[in-house]
Amino acid sequence: MSNAALAGIQRQIMWNRLIAVVEEQAQTMIRTAFSTTVREAGDLSAGIFDLQGRMLAQAVTGTPGHVNSMMEAVGHFLAKFPTESMNPGDHYITNDPWMGTGHLHDLTVVTPAFRRGAIVGLFANTAHVIDVGGLGMGPEGRSVFEEGIYIPIVKCFDRGVPNETFFDFIRWGSRLPVELEGDVYSLCACNDAGAKRLVAMMDEFNMDSIDPLAEFIFDSSLRATLTEIAKLPGGTYSSEISSDGYEQTVTLKAAMTVLPDAIEVDYAGTSGLSQRGINVPAAYTRAYACFGIKVVVAPEIPNNWASLLPFRMKIPEGCILNAPRPYPVAVRHVVGQLLPDLMMGCLHQAVPDRVTAEGSSCLWNPPLRGGGAVSGQGTPNKPVIGDFEVTTFNSGGTGARISRDGLDATAFPSGVRTMPVEATENIAPVVFWRKELRPDSGGAGRQRGGFGQIMEIAAKGDLEYAVNAIFDRVGHPPKGRDGGGEGAAGVVRLVSGQTLRTKGFQVIPDGERLLLELPGGGGLGDPATRDPHAVARDVRDSLVSPENAATLYKVSVEPDGGLDAAATELLRSQSHAL
Amino acid sequence: MSVRLAVDIGGTFTDLALEANGARHTTKVLTTPAAPEQGVMTGVRAILEQAGLAASDIEILIHGTTLATNAVIERKGAKTALITTQGFRDVLAMGNESRYDQYDLNIVLPEPLVPRHLRLTVPERLDNEGKILLPLDEAAVRALVPVLQREAVESVAVGFLHGFVNPTHERRVRDILAEMMPEMPVSLASDVSPEMREWERFSTTAANAYVQPLMASYLRRLEADLRGIGMTAPIFMMLSGGGLTTIETACRFPIRLVESGPAGGAIFSATIARACGLNRVLSFDMGGTTAKICLIDDFQPQTSRTFEVARVGRFRKGSGLPLRIPVIEMVEIGAGGGSIAHVDSLGRIGVGPESAGADPGPACYGRGGLHPAVTDANLALGRYDPERFAGGAMKLHAEPALAALKHDVGEKLNLSAELAGLGVVEMVDENMANAARVHAIESGKTYDGRTMIAFGGGGPVHGGRVAEKIGIDRVLVPSGAGVGSAIGFLRAPVGYEVVRSLYQRFSTFDVAAVNALLDDMVAEASTVVAAGSFGAPTRQSRIAFMRYVGQGHEIAVTLPEGRILQSDVIAIRASYDQEYARFYDRPVPGSDVEIMSYAVVVATITELAETATDVGKPHAAVPDRFQNVRDTATGEVSAWGIYDRIRLAANAIVQGPAIIAEDETSTLVGPSWTARIEEHGFIEMTRKASA
Repeated sequence: MSNAALAGIQRQIMWNRLIAVVEEQAQTMIRTAFSTTVREAGDLSAGIFDLQGRMLAQAVTGTPGHVNSMMEAVGHFLAKFPTESMNPGDHYITNDPWMGTGHLHDLTVVTPAFRRGAIVGLFANTAHVIDVGGLGMGPEGRSVFEEGIYIPIVKCFDRGVPNETFFDFIRWGSRLPVELEGDVYSLCACNDAGAKRLVAMMDEFNMDSIDPLAEFIFDSSLRATLTEIAKLPGGTYSSEISSDGYEQTVTLKAAMTVLPDAIEVDYAGTSGLSQRGINVPAAYTRAYACFGIKVVVAPEIPNNWASLLPFRMKIPEGCILNAPRPYPVAVRHVVGQLLPDLMMGCLHQAVPDRVTAEGSSCLWNPPLRGGGAVSGQGTPNKPVIGDFEVTTFNSGGTGARISRDGLDATAFPSGVRTMPVEATENIAPVVFWRKELRPDSGGAGRQRGGFGQIMEIAAKGDLEYAVNAIFDRVGHPPKGRDGGGEGAAGVVRLVSGQTLRTKGFQVIPDGERLLLELPGGGGLGDPATRDPHAVARDVRDSLVSPENAATLYKVSVEPDGGLDAAATELLRSQSHAL
Repeated sequence: MSVRLAVDIGGTFTDLALEANGARHTTKVLTTPAAPEQGVMTGVRAILEQAGLAASDIEILIHGTTLATNAVIERKGAKTALITTQGFRDVLAMGNESRYDQYDLNIVLPEPLVPRHLRLTVPERLDNEGKILLPLDEAAVRALVPVLQREAVESVAVGFLHGFVNPTHERRVRDILAEMMPEMPVSLASDVSPEMREWERFSTTAANAYVQPLMASYLRRLEADLRGIGMTAPIFMMLSGGGLTTIETACRFPIRLVESGPAGGAIFSATIARACGLNRVLSFDMGGTTAKICLIDDFQPQTSRTFEVARVGRFRKGSGLPLRIPVIEMVEIGAGGGSIAHVDSLGRIGVGPESAGADPGPACYGRGGLHPAVTDANLALGRYDPERFAGGAMKLHAEPALAALKHDVGEKLNLSAELAGLGVVEMVDENMANAARVHAIESGKTYDGRTMIAFGGGGPVHGGRVAEKIGIDRVLVPSGAGVGSAIGFLRAPVGYEVVRSLYQRFSTFDVAAVNALLDDMVAEASTVVAAGSFGAPTRQSRIAFMRYVGQGHEIAVTLPEGRILQSDVIAIRASYDQEYARFYDRPVPGSDVEIMSYAVVVATITELAETATDVGKPHAAVPDRFQNVRDTATGEVSAWGIYDRIRLAANAIVQGPAIIAEDETSTLVGPSWTARIEEHGFIEMTRKASA
């Protein structure tokens, strides 16, 4: 019997326990949060850190955009409030885009955990709240100061007592004061739950410190990540991707170098900064770029400080992926969420059988606003809808996968969920007349891209309201790979026909409805090699037209899904002959 | 004379329990999936013979089955169409538009039960208050009939947006179909699951329609067969929410039967809890492929209104089809005796959810299983006597078990087969403990001061260690643990739960509207119960699901009895704040509270069945033999006393480390535990440190 072997098993058990501790932390937030973005959509993250600010474990529940960025945030908190100055019952907060997760709508709270009077670790979490004042969620700000109330790193609870000055500021600075204050309480409760569990765990395992466990976690994670990196063919792989931008097309460029013990990405050549809020702070760039690499290279290794260490980023100052303060950054996700596609564009050259085609990628979240702020005061001749402010999360199709089709109307890379239409219509006077899959939008391929969706949105009574558009991939649809076709481009217009801008505040006049057609994912491989039965099923389901089946897939199908095998063979042999 | 018979159809076995005048008989027969009534009849004949009774002596038959669940999992239900609001054809397919695993690029999402070409839309639209924005296009409904005929659809679900607020359009569709296709079964969302959230409601309704023809025909055949052998007793069906209902109701809402087996297990625990006066219990049921964990407070299993069936992502939350029905709330994880162990890319031991099943089974069964299962690991630790497993009916083979552990785990981690076994057992116990921990936080509960009731083949083996990990100091192993669910059926009340949504804020609470709704709900539930209660006294409980305005998750608050008066409103609000603070430390200042929905349960009052016997003086039991067992905490091997349960008298004391053996399972009494046979004949384990 070897004690070392037994201790090894025990350390594994403790690691698993730590992951359960942070999962409890995240679940507490979901149960107590007020903003639909957190409780319905799951736009959050939670983790535990050692006293040097290194993340040991992160909740499985949550979204990748917060991963790495929250991880860096704890260091900023410690720089301002060293651990020696912390007391039991303290909670620290910020929404500084450069100290936290990239825009003012994300609150980050850090809480020390104490055991027997001594500080033993730190818990942190991040959540996207609905409103922080300013212009509201959207790209229109020309500096961060227009985008909302700015919370530097401060104490929101001091030894268990709420900082009423702080709470007064946020109550008076938001359109939704009750929700905002409630969410801060929720974030603190969530860290408390984690701290309580950590102390119980240390008691059970007789741990004086989490440091030995941290070293074990870091050591195993780093070693496992390096092993995965070593399996990749070395070299430098370049790729680029374009976004519609605000004023003009934005191009992101990456040169990824796979070294024996690291992956370095250089973003030289990427477009410069925008005057509007699509700029991305560096921490958010690192977050989504790391996610895009990790999901291909080392998906099974849990996220922590060491497992992300071998991924290094060189982001030139002044490019759109490294926005300095006070550039506007409110909707940094619209550019940032293209990064996994960009990373896969590089990795495709190294490990073509492990990446997906490009997807819709950026969430299509229309912030909707109505009432006095849009239409002024109503008159007997012109009624005005009651004041409201609401956002829903919606997704297009994901890129085709190596052995499966892309996912229809599913969030990727973001980890959020949508809200039920019935729930949205209960909190705001809006009517969704349509929300269903968009036929013929998935890029053709041996594996087909996922289908996007079509949404038709009105205010009740078809009264005037406004959308603060944050949409992309209208001018730059998702690309296929290995001969696969492009996904359908997005469409933003009025139902009556007029095209709208992809970004920015626009009024939907009385009697009009907003029409959104979300992009489909790109295809993978030659469409003429797709299983004809799969094509026939798509036709039968009215998701692929018989015309597209014939021209793109070289398959002859009746509208009811009846496959003409002979005609298909002929079509396919003709296309080979060409 | 009172003769009650319970029948629980599981995936492999059909369990029967019969109680006649205080005596209990149990039996197990093989399930006959193609025609489940055949296995049931075999079992009924066997158990009647065992008890020396005739079919006509049976006074009540209670039945639970996984048939509906299996039909959904194996996709063997009826060809089903969904008629829904124009513009919302893909609610079933789009779900919540998310991935249940952030880091797996190749995840598979569950296929909807109704394919797109059978998801048919008609123009109509209601708003959130049930007002008609667009009238139902009846011609469009009639035009669907030829489509249904051409596609040979066997069952139809109807679900419209906001249809639970105003069911007029859904009912009109039902009437038109009844007129044009009188034989077609129709399930309305506003009947099956009248609650907000279109995906969950439509999914539940589609599932109900999907299993209805199958379940109705099975239940009718079973009834005919039982009548054929002379049984005149009424038949009741076990509901997933823990109550019983008539065959007629079961045929209308068969989806409410999905989790009836595990529900029986939870009721079994609740009965034990009541007999022993235990207010706070954790029910731990570990079988061959899964472990089920359920919290029971004040003798009532915790209930929920959401459930996921047929998870494709290896028990991952979010990978199944959502059902919004009353269920006994439990977590089911892929951790059972047959769960397979492996080593992941980080050199960590993982266990399950893949299972060796019954065939080939764990390596130690000697039927060709090559991968190490939890049972193999237990054997490697010396916890089983290979000659006496399952009462000696099945001999275990140590050699293939050790070889599998060595090959799949030991060699990768530089461990001996025995230590690999230790790692596997510790990891599966930790996994179950972690699932239990997360379940508690999701339920807003704690484990301090709880008693665990352990049953199922694996529960008594692993219960003690899991209890240690989650801080529980007392474990009870009841008798009859092998057929716990069937015994649970005999204890279930005849009861029915109705849930309805009615949005209200406290600041503008409409007492009259709430009373009217509750009266209506009580009437509906009472009608169902009256069909089977034979005038037995009933109880009512009424619950409001409340939250702070703006929050997303509700807390259940019990309403006062009788008509609600204006003066009650402040007290209801106060009990909400109190409950909230109990869960989350502090109430949120300045927030109004909203009530989302109400639940009404009407059920017969159940009587106690487990009786306490006179206990003798505490005395130390003498081991029947010794066995070398490896302790998981220290890794040391020592000779543990083995005690045959059947020979232990009341108040016999067994000091750990020891094993108490019986035919269906073994109770592991770890070094830090003391066991005693308490007054009901149950094994009661307490932790020495806390004693």
